[in-house]
Amino acid sequence: MELYAQTLTQLQQKLQRREVSAMEITESVLRRIGEVDQQVGSYLLVDVIGARAQAAEADRRLAAGEAVSPVTGIPLGLKDLLSTKGMRTTCASKILEHYVPAYDATVVHRLRQAGAVLTGKLNMDEFAMGSSTENSAFQLTRNPWNLECVPGGSSGGSASAVAADECIASLGSDTGGSIRQPASFCGVVGLKPTYGRVSRYGLVAFASSLDQIGTFTKTVADAALLLSVVAGYDHHDSTSVKEPVPTWHTLLDRDLRSLTVGIPQEYFVEGMDTEVEQAVRRAIGFFADQGATIREVNLPHSDYAVATYYLVATAEASSNLARYDGVKYGYRSPDADGLLEMYCQTRSEGFGPEVKRRIMLGTYALSAGYYDAYYKKAQQVRTLIKQDFETVFSSCDIIVSPVSPTPAFRIGEKVDDPLQMYLTDILTIPVNLAGLPALSLPCGFSKSGLPIGLQMIARPFAEESLFQAAHQYEQATDWHREKPVINGSAN
Amino acid sequence: MDFEVVIGLEVHAQLRTKTKIFCSCATSFGDEPNANTCPVCTGLPGALPVLNRRVVEYAVKAGLATNCQIVNDSVFARKNYFYPDLPKGYQISQFDRPICLGGYLDIKVAGQEQKRIGITRIHMEEDAGKLVHPEHLYGVSYVDYNRACVPLLEIVSEPDMRSSAEAVAYLRALRDILVYLEICDGNMEEGSFRCDANVSIRPFGQQEFGTRAELKNMNSFRNVQRAIEYEVERQRKVIAGGGQVVQETRLWDVEKAMTISMRGKEEAHDYRYFPDPDLLPVQIPAEWISDLGASLPELPQAKKTRFISTYELAEVDAEGLTSSRALADFFEEAVKRFANPKMVSNWVMSELLRYLNDEKTSIDACPVTPAGLAALLAMIEAGTISGKIAKKVFATMYRERQNDPAAIVAAQGLVQIDDTSALAEVVRQVLAANPAEVEKYYGGKQKVFGFLVGQVMRQTRGQANPGLVNELLQQQLDAGRP
Ligand SMILES: [Zn+2]
Repeated sequence: MELYAQTLTQLQQKLQRREVSAMEITESVLRRIGEVDQQVGSYLLVDVIGARAQAAEADRRLAAGEAVSPVTGIPLGLKDLLSTKGMRTTCASKILEHYVPAYDATVVHRLRQAGAVLTGKLNMDEFAMGSSTENSAFQLTRNPWNLECVPGGSSGGSASAVAADECIASLGSDTGGSIRQPASFCGVVGLKPTYGRVSRYGLVAFASSLDQIGTFTKTVADAALLLSVVAGYDHHDSTSVKEPVPTWHTLLDRDLRSLTVGIPQEYFVEGMDTEVEQAVRRAIGFFADQGATIREVNLPHSDYAVATYYLVATAEASSNLARYDGVKYGYRSPDADGLLEMYCQTRSEGFGPEVKRRIMLGTYALSAGYYDAYYKKAQQVRTLIKQDFETVFSSCDIIVSPVSPTPAFRIGEKVDDPLQMYLTDILTIPVNLAGLPALSLPCGFSKSGLPIGLQMIARPFAEESLFQAAHQYEQATDWHREKPVINGSAN
Repeated sequence: MDFEVVIGLEVHAQLRTKTKIFCSCATSFGDEPNANTCPVCTGLPGALPVLNRRVVEYAVKAGLATNCQIVNDSVFARKNYFYPDLPKGYQISQFDRPICLGGYLDIKVAGQEQKRIGITRIHMEEDAGKLVHPEHLYGVSYVDYNRACVPLLEIVSEPDMRSSAEAVAYLRALRDILVYLEICDGNMEEGSFRCDANVSIRPFGQQEFGTRAELKNMNSFRNVQRAIEYEVERQRKVIAGGGQVVQETRLWDVEKAMTISMRGKEEAHDYRYFPDPDLLPVQIPAEWISDLGASLPELPQAKKTRFISTYELAEVDAEGLTSSRALADFFEEAVKRFANPKMVSNWVMSELLRYLNDEKTSIDACPVTPAGLAALLAMIEAGTISGKIAKKVFATMYRERQNDPAAIVAAQGLVQIDDTSALAEVVRQVLAANPAEVEKYYGGKQKVFGFLVGQVMRQTRGQANPGLVNELLQQQLDAGRP
């Protein structure tokens, strides 16, 4: 098997045994990008020079016997809303087209310290707003399993790059499902950690109280490895939490007989694709077969989650995106006259339609006279949604559900109907409102050959139980071994 | 009709922390533009604020010193508006849950009873940057973000003041407290203590407030007083002329000595406040509050009252000495070494302050130490030197940073002449040299006595013991009376 097609765990072992060099792995991945990215469109920027330099440095560290980490010498991709010092960070927006950050995000800093090879910046929906990566100002990203389909979003590039073997693993961000849904569409493992588990410092904010950096990997064990490198308290982020960071990958074995699995009735919604439902039900059957206790549970406020989310997220976004005003960096309208006109033209030319729609929604929700009816009410409902989960977790270890009601849809299918698009996140959004950890992993394929994802949700800071349950399931199935064929070029 | 004046004040005090409120950049004044900036205070994408603990400490101290209730889970909010000096498109401030609520200050205006002014709230916030308009480049503006994220306290009073004098008394009292707490340098000219005034008038007896104007841009106590007086008169005239006062913001123009309309209320902002999701509520454990309370220094009013009772000083002197914590400390240090408070007070208030004012030096940089002054005063009391000589010695001490008055007196040969026979000889000489004046004295002109004393002092270059000179002169004149 080509080096680019292997998992982080496999490559790490080979590197430690000196069977391959970081440079060989990196060249393999760069070659793969050259072969397929023309079709897939995962990358907004490939940093060939930087990646080779980091690979050389990783080889030097390995040769010198210096302390290495699980990601030393491993080629990793970054969603283009993570600040990278000296490397363009555009958030797939025209307004940041030429923006080069002066500092590294904490996760990027940790990866560099750990000796990772950073391959470049991955495409996304503009400012992480979208569920299909069709809102990028620069390019379309295609689903490696079917180039006519979307990869999901907003971290579509991060998901497609891992699925197409254009990097060994990647980082993305999840505000309402933006890691889990594309992971499910692209057939890889997507992890959204607990809010506060990974520092948000340097993550360009969409909705601060919901945003969470997470991982895309080929296996659950890889997710455990990568998270252990980027997680942990950061004094630059007041909302990051001082929780110990376990070596999760050494804790993957668990007897499932002591596990209680909650199945939320509200998550098997009407209009759900039957192939999705069947695949998920089969996965639940696996846990039952292993002796786990399966319990039907209720999350009664689920109906309000999407509305609540679009009030909270847009309110925060309207404020977070105010800084893009053309004064200090990024795009400035060339022919505006006077300050007000400069603001207005810069923002109307620099932002895409979805971003403008959300800024307007959020501005409205926060404005005097509507605050109580919208923003404040949404926060109250958010508390109820959180309490629903607390109640369920008093008797369950994990909650299992589909990730998305359907497999990947076709490019262009939902772009003209924002509301339909918003509903694709209906099963992932409540997790962000409650700040919980959740994971998406492959649990089957549709007849048309598109991956189907299984969502697992745990208590705050109980990533360990997610990894254990997901790893046991993965060990017993072969879904994660399937590879897409891109333009006749399989691995 | 006669009107009652209603004034409420909003004060912005810049805190004397070393670093900014949400990042570790320096707060120092007057550095190169944008020298003290980082991703956080310039609001770069992805940067996050982290609250400076010292700012909370200072806010709690200010609250305790003004009798406020400390809110132990106050919330930072975003105040959204667009302006080039505002890096994030919002200012992080506090809105419906500020850190301090419901306090008061007692003020005293000369000739009136002491009065209590309510303090509505105190909250923490970040400052914005500064726009720079280069003189020779029309249409070009630069932004200096050194001040962005510098910590401020906003202290909002109740509309309890009824005259410009009360407003100034409140401002002075408030500034004295913040300076005493060493949390603000109180410099109005440099803008580290700024004030906006809400001014309205209403007929006496009316319950509802009149329409108010907000006055800005007053950078001294005198300007506050003049701006309020001008504004009250303006509103009086508007109403007398049958017009109506409009709610607006007005700027004080120092040159023209008038307030000028800046913007009307039709431009009133919708700031869209909401809790900042990047910052958690500010939790202040009760024991931290009590520790801070215990660490508060004695405040100006308490100190003044104590000075009057302990040192038996006149109110005006006690007030002067306690107008600054350093001055009061200087006084008490000196009194410890020379136990005549009245005399120390006189010297500090007249001689010492005169030199400091002339040289625009602050008491912290005073070259004469409390010990030096005490030693000097002890020499007067011991009769070693006269008061007049002491002033000369003081001048030398001040100019030469010399705090050993005895050495100066010895070096310059200024010791008082107490030798009766030597002085009697000088008196004889003076009487002999001024027969005409002596004649006038015997003729009933008492004033001549002073002239003759002066002559003796002159002959002795001021070193004669003045008491002894008086005594000897009287003796010889009486003896020689025809
Ligand atoms: Zn800074």
